[in-house]
Amino acid sequence: MTTYRGQRVAGLACLAVIAMGVVASFRYLAVDFGGLFEEEARHRMARFVVEFFPPDLSPDFLRKIGFASLQTLAVSLLGTAIPMVVGGLIALPAAGRFGTLPKWIARSLLNGLRSVPELVWASLMVLAAGLGPFAGTLALALHTSGVLGRLFAESLENASPLPETALRDLGAGPVARFFYGTLPLIAPQCLGYTLYRWEMNIRMATILGFVGGGGLGQMLYFHLSLFQQAQAATVLIAMTILVLADDSLSGWARRALGAQAH
Amino acid sequence: MSAATSATHPALRDPLARRRLGWVVTALVLLWPLLHLAEFHPATLMAPANVQVMGNFLRGFLPPSVAPDFLGELLAATLQTLAIATAGIALAFVVALPLAFCATRSLSVSAIGPANGRWRGRVLRQGMRTVMVLLRSIPEIVWALLFVRASGLGPAAGVLALAITYGGMLAKVYSEILEATDARPARALLQAGSGRVAALCFGLLPVAAEELVSYTVYRWECAIRAAVVMGFVGAGGLGQLMDQALKGFVGGEVSSISLVFLALVMLADAISLVLRKVLA
Repeated sequence: MTTYRGQRVAGLACLAVIAMGVVASFRYLAVDFGGLFEEEARHRMARFVVEFFPPDLSPDFLRKIGFASLQTLAVSLLGTAIPMVVGGLIALPAAGRFGTLPKWIARSLLNGLRSVPELVWASLMVLAAGLGPFAGTLALALHTSGVLGRLFAESLENASPLPETALRDLGAGPVARFFYGTLPLIAPQCLGYTLYRWEMNIRMATILGFVGGGGLGQMLYFHLSLFQQAQAATVLIAMTILVLADDSLSGWARRALGAQAH
Repeated sequence: MSAATSATHPALRDPLARRRLGWVVTALVLLWPLLHLAEFHPATLMAPANVQVMGNFLRGFLPPSVAPDFLGELLAATLQTLAIATAGIALAFVVALPLAFCATRSLSVSAIGPANGRWRGRVLRQGMRTVMVLLRSIPEIVWALLFVRASGLGPAAGVLALAITYGGMLAKVYSEILEATDARPARALLQAGSGRVAALCFGLLPVAAEELVSYTVYRWECAIRAAVVMGFVGAGGLGQLMDQALKGFVGGEVSSISLVFLALVMLADAISLVLRKVLA
């Protein structure tokens, strides 16, 4: 009874703290939400929205959009395929296969790569490699290597050591032991992680262009900066289609893989 | 033990070797146009001009900048980021609640027996799902960019962007969680004639509350990261400060901001752990 009441008090206190935090946030930002709906602001917003219509659907521009979409896809694919290899290579020491010191070095490397958001990597890579999709690819690859490396390392650690022990007892070398003992065990899981990350990276690749990472994002930023709203509207439509297609395809793939696993 | 015997002995041959080689070759063939499309030129990284720019910039990272007026700016930006995330999640919650309530099948009155409003309920639920998908389909940073450009709003653009995208996400996950919990208590309440709000509060929430809370707190954590990132398109907070420092090549400030960002993410992690434990 007392513990129940104690829990209740703690819960209520927590809710009060949250409510205070929310109120404080709104006050700190001092956002004039009422002002958003005033006559003048409303007109400006309405004008801005109206300028988006009709979207520019001329064949020339559509061709450009098609190219940018392909570029976005290429960036996302490379930004996932490279980490599959790099992350895999770092995951081996991170799973403790080469002793404690390499393990900690690899872990902190992965944490470092992972904790910097893609967009920050992209702004850094723009400095290192210039504007364009190459910078976006590098940015995605750096962040995703951190994520996949950690996930792969966890799979490696959780995999049963028995096949490898058996192979060792039969006299197999360390490389063969890994490729024929452990890799087949963790491959499906790692592939699943990679596909999931690819799905996220497609979304991310569309927006990396905001800081100069190429693809659709760069087009949107460019046309909005020149106040070419009609073109921006077409880019937005393309982005939405890409994201929706990505969502439904990955949902379908997940169901298909899930059905296969059962 | 010679390589020749092991390669020719049928029992030692890898039965999957040919298939694996096929996959590798296919992947390499597919990779080529991709590298071309993404303008993959690693050599540019080594170009003297780029190396020099990057080298100078990275040298500036140490020591991190601790000038008093910069620290004041940093503190204000950090608080702003936290406030954007918190206010954004609060608004998103307000957006998500009615959407999820309408879209949850377990709370359908017409599902418990013959009723006139069956198709109406179905249309409403489908409509709500479509709204959720539309809200989610445009990333928050795109909304932020549009709001910044449309009205020159700073942090408010971030709050609104979070409210839209995260509202859609929360609504989707809320309704999924509610539909995954046992529907029988809610059904029983509805059959006994209670209203839908009562069925939600007394039939579904007691079981689902824990998961709902922990997902919301997790989203708050994500919102902090999103709030930082949205700053890059002008929505205020740490991101905007970072963007300015990057554009001005002030390495010391970039490293200070990065350190604060890391600390903030870890702090959010700790807070969400505590919140989940207490509220669950």
